[in-house]
Parts: sequence; structure tokens; C-alpha cells
Amino acid sequence: MDKFTVHTGTAMPLRRSNVDTDQIIPARFVPYFSWKGHANALFADWRDDPAFPLNLPQYQGATVLLAGNDFATGSSRESAVWALERFGFKAVIAPRFGDIFRGNSLMRGLLTVAVPAAVVERLWEAVERDPFTEVTVDLELLEVRCGGLVQPFELDEAARQRLLAGRDPIADTLAESADAITAYEGGRRPALPVTR
Amino acid sequence: MGSTLAQKTWDAHVVRHGDDGGDLLYVDMHLLHEVNTPQAFDDLRAAGRAVRRPDLTVGTEDHNTPTVAIDKVIQDPAGRRQTTLMRANCEEFGIPLHRLGSAGQGIVHVIGPELGLVRPGMTIVCCDSHTTTLGAFGAVAFGIGTKQVEHVLATQTLPMARPKDMAVTVTGELPPGVTAKDLVLAIIARIGTGGGVGHIIEYRGAAVTALSMEGRMTLCNMSVEAGSRAGLIAPDETTFAYLRTRPGMPQGADWEAEVAHWKSLRSDEDAVYDKEVVIDASTLTPYVSWGNNPGQSIPLDAVVPAPADFSDPQERVAAERALAYMDLEPGTGMRELPIDAVFLGSCTNGRIEDLRAAAEVLEGRKVADGLHMMIVPGSTPVREQAVAEGLDRVFAEAGADFRPAAGCSMCAALNEDRLLPGQRAASTSNRNFEGRQGKGSRTHIVSPAVAAATAVAGRLAAPADL
Repeated sequence: MDKFTVHTGTAMPLRRSNVDTDQIIPARFVPYFSWKGHANALFADWRDDPAFPLNLPQYQGATVLLAGNDFATGSSRESAVWALERFGFKAVIAPRFGDIFRGNSLMRGLLTVAVPAAVVERLWEAVERDPFTEVTVDLELLEVRCGGLVQPFELDEAARQRLLAGRDPIADTLAESADAITAYEGGRRPALPVTR
Repeated sequence: MGSTLAQKTWDAHVVRHGDDGGDLLYVDMHLLHEVNTPQAFDDLRAAGRAVRRPDLTVGTEDHNTPTVAIDKVIQDPAGRRQTTLMRANCEEFGIPLHRLGSAGQGIVHVIGPELGLVRPGMTIVCCDSHTTTLGAFGAVAFGIGTKQVEHVLATQTLPMARPKDMAVTVTGELPPGVTAKDLVLAIIARIGTGGGVGHIIEYRGAAVTALSMEGRMTLCNMSVEAGSRAGLIAPDETTFAYLRTRPGMPQGADWEAEVAHWKSLRSDEDAVYDKEVVIDASTLTPYVSWGNNPGQSIPLDAVVPAPADFSDPQERVAAERALAYMDLEPGTGMRELPIDAVFLGSCTNGRIEDLRAAAEVLEGRKVADGLHMMIVPGSTPVREQAVAEGLDRVFAEAGADFRPAAGCSMCAALNEDRLLPGQRAASTSNRNFEGRQGKGSRTHIVSPAVAAATAVAGRLAAPADL
């Protein structure tokens, strides 16, 4: 996992709420599971529309996605995160996210930032007025900055530390907790089911 | 101050409290299917890691599998490759796998309880958002992504912050003809698709305890559609009676000891929830979705809403978009909508009680001309039970397409079962997202009884309308 400390980039406005993971990457593309194949599938069913932000020249190269409420609800498909990452997004800012997607994104290093809807609205307006507007997502100070706007945000501290250090969560667990896991297993109820 | 059931279960599984507030949670059962797992195994191999507890891990084939025949070749090469990889990965790492055609195969959330792998007080994860289904047994069960699958395979644990607690209390009694599916649609319509974000919902109240285990699974299944991490119901005599008949259960004194333990798994009287909602079951009628998320649901008696009905600006925009996608005119009665296809199945409503409810309506009736009704059993045992009860004959005589094999089928449109663009379906599944049942498809979520009545009427209908 790459380190995430402070990221500054241009942003793409996605003025839609309830963008579920079926829209981020339609199910029929999910079986194409190689790492690299997913960028082309990002928002595949919406890209027929020439006015869709992903098709607009002024937002090409954007690295921050500004989305509406309840972004990425639905399926557990981590390929939604892969598609966004492979397309070049480093962070998604929205008022609220689907829980599973948020867990997936923070495990993979795509930063999901929850800010009030009114702040997203201000960011949308700024970016639509001037697509060169830069948005900064600062994980060290837990702030989103854009022009004069400084918006604090909260993040699970364990996830924050992992992202700042770019640490692999599995290696962390194996290094720090192997003995604790073995000890826990020794005290489990013996009647719990096994599969073989 | 007392604790909630979710909190007690969580606390009993904390391997280690992190210095930074996150917990390392032990996973009692890890369920796998073919779609969201190949990358996890690839990365596991690349890192030279082993599967820590294959004996607490089980796989099934459900999403890509054809349901028209068990020996049909999967046409889509990527889907076929996923299934091939699932078999190879499970074999390499010693994980039991229920292959298509085998006795225990079926949709992952249907077979977990059938195989006796789901019990009160457990933690259960799976690479599928509808793992919330298994909370019906008083377990903390939730969907995870592929990196988390790899984490559980390697360590049998997950680092996570504990979700908050939410109570949905359903008072009173569901009127005749109103089911768990209608109840959950009404709940999501009320609290919204984000109403449960960051929370585990505990369903309580007389109308919840009156539900069968299958009804409870339907209710918990759609918890994720309200955004919640998980949904659960405290175990009771209904739970124990179901478990008694499952394989692998402890016997004699051991069984008594387990039941005594399970009885202790309930929220304390003075437990405080971060969020509470109360719903009166007696006011409910059959529900149906009109839009493109499950929160956009209304009573079947109602009419298609207008964007102006929504005060929230984002909801208004979403309604405009949904009306256009669904090709609906505000003010149209839901019963006036002609339906091209009916899908009965999925992890929400692919169980034997769901098939029985549909058969009751279809008995002595015919599926409307030009309408395709597909009935897909949730598991091989569900199919066998349906045949043993003669439901297959009822379906055949009604002209419905009762599939010989079990799987997710048209719910996720990952096998060959897909609607054509513009086709309108009544579906017992859980999602009406744009393109969910095929690109350009239009889905109305309904209960099994409404699905069957709709198949007969050719329009959205309740059994009482026939």
C-alpha cells in the first residue's frame, strides 16, 4: 500500500446521490478481476452520456472525486475501489459512504473523506466554476482545503495511521498480534462449528 | 449501563484492543464465493502466506453458476475462469467447497444456516454484502471486500472499529398477507438507504419475534440496503428449534449447555442505543419499490410519486432520475404497471417458505401470457424439498420456469439470466439499482406472494387482487 499523507489535485464533480457500487462498476465487469482491467469499467453504463463528468475534457486528470450522499452503497465488490484507483482517483469526498466500500477503500489506500453536504456543494460550485481549482486532502491535519475553505474531517485513527505509514494491514496483524490470536483461539467455545 | 447484544458479541471476539481505538476481531466463520475471491488468493500466494483456519472457512459456487442445468458450461469466459480458480484455490488451501451439483451447494447465505455453520453469538464474514442475512440467528455477520478476505484467510481476524448500535423496534402484528419482505421495505423507505450507516441494527419487538427463521433472514438480509453494517435479532425458542434440526449440532448435555449460553445472548434491559426507530407493524400493507434504490419503496396501494413530493433537494434529483430510468409517470397506480418478467429467488427470498408462498398463489392458476416467471431455488436442499412437497408440479402447471439448479441467477445478473434493456420485472431480490438485472433493466422489488400474484395478473398485484 502506498503512503497517503497530503494530496493536492483537481477534482471531478459527481452531482448524484446513492451512487451504488453497481454503477461504479457494473456487475458484468467484476469477473474481469485482473488489477489493470478495471479503469475502463468505471461508471461504464453512464459513459454513453457525453455530458457525464468522466467524459468532459475539463475534468480529465482529476484525482479527487466529489460525490453526493450515500456514495458506494450496495455490493461488497472491492473492484469498485480498484476501478476508481486505476482511473487515477486518490480520494473521494462525499457526505456519507457505504460502510463496506469505506472499509475496502481504507484497506487499499483510497482515502474516503466524509464532510457535510453543504461543504460538498461548495466544492462542486468551486470546481464547476473553475476546473483548475485544486483540492487538498490532508491526512496529517485531517483537513480538506480548497481556496479559503478549510474543513476538518474525522477518520478511524487505526486506518489513518496505517495510511500515513503505507503499512500492509496483514503484515501488521501478523507481526503484532500472532500470539494474541493463538491465545484467543485457546479460549473459544469448543462447540463452535467447523467446516471439516 | 447495560450492553447491547451486538456489543456483547463484539466484545467476546476482540483479540486485541488497538492503542488507536480499532479492534482486532476474531472471525468464527468465513464464507467464500467465486466472484470476489481470486485476487485475495493471488495476493496470499504472492506473499507466501497460508490460510490460518481452513476448518473455519467454506466456499460455494453461486453468482456465476448457470441454473438451467448443473452440467451447462459457463458461457462467459471470465465467469468460467472465476469458477475454475475457486475450485483450484479451495483445493490448494484445503478449504471445503460446495460445487454446483453437490448436495450442499447454493447461495452462500442460504447454505450457511442449512449446513449448521451459523449460530448465535458468532462472528461471520463473507465477500458479499448480504452476509447481514445471518444476523437472524443472533450473530454479528457482515460483508467484506477482497483485501479483507485476504486478511481473514491469513489471520482469521479483521481490524475494525466497532459500529454503533441502532434499534429498530417493530410493535404490533403484521396483518395477514403482509410479510417480512414488506416490513423491511417499509423500514428502509422510512429510515433511508443511509439510515443505518455505521451501525449494527438490532430488530426487536413483537412483530419481529413472531417471524419464522426464514422471515427473520429476509429482514436481516436487507439491513445492508439501509446502509447498516449488520442486522441482528436476539436468539429465542424459534432460533433453537431451527438449529435443532441442522447438522453438526451438539447433542444431549452439550446441546443443553449451548442453549443455556445462547439464552444469555440478549441486550440488557438498560442498554442504550445510539439510534432508535419504532414502527407499528399493524399499519403495513404489501410494499413495492418504484425507483432505483430500495429506499424508493411505497405501498402497492400507492401511486408513483412526483419529484415535488420530496423536500430534500438531493432526493428530488434522485427521484427525477429514477422516474426517467424506470419510465414512470407520477400519479400512475403501482397496480397499473405491466410486468414482463418475474424473478423468484435470491438470498432474500429463495428459501422453501418463499417457494411455498408463491406456490400457494400459483396453485390452479396460470402465469400471464407473454410473461416469463423464473423460480430459482436458493440451494440444492431447497430444490429437493420443493420437489418432495410437489411444488415443482404446481410451478409446471402454472407455466413457471422452475430451475433445476441453485444460484443467485438474475438477482446479480452474473450468469446468463439477464433482462433485456427496457424490460420491467417484479423481483423478490434485494436491489433495484440501475442495470442490476441486466443493462437497462427495470426492477420492482416485491415479496414472493406479490411476485406470484403479479405473474398471474401480468401487472403488479397482491394475491388478494386475483
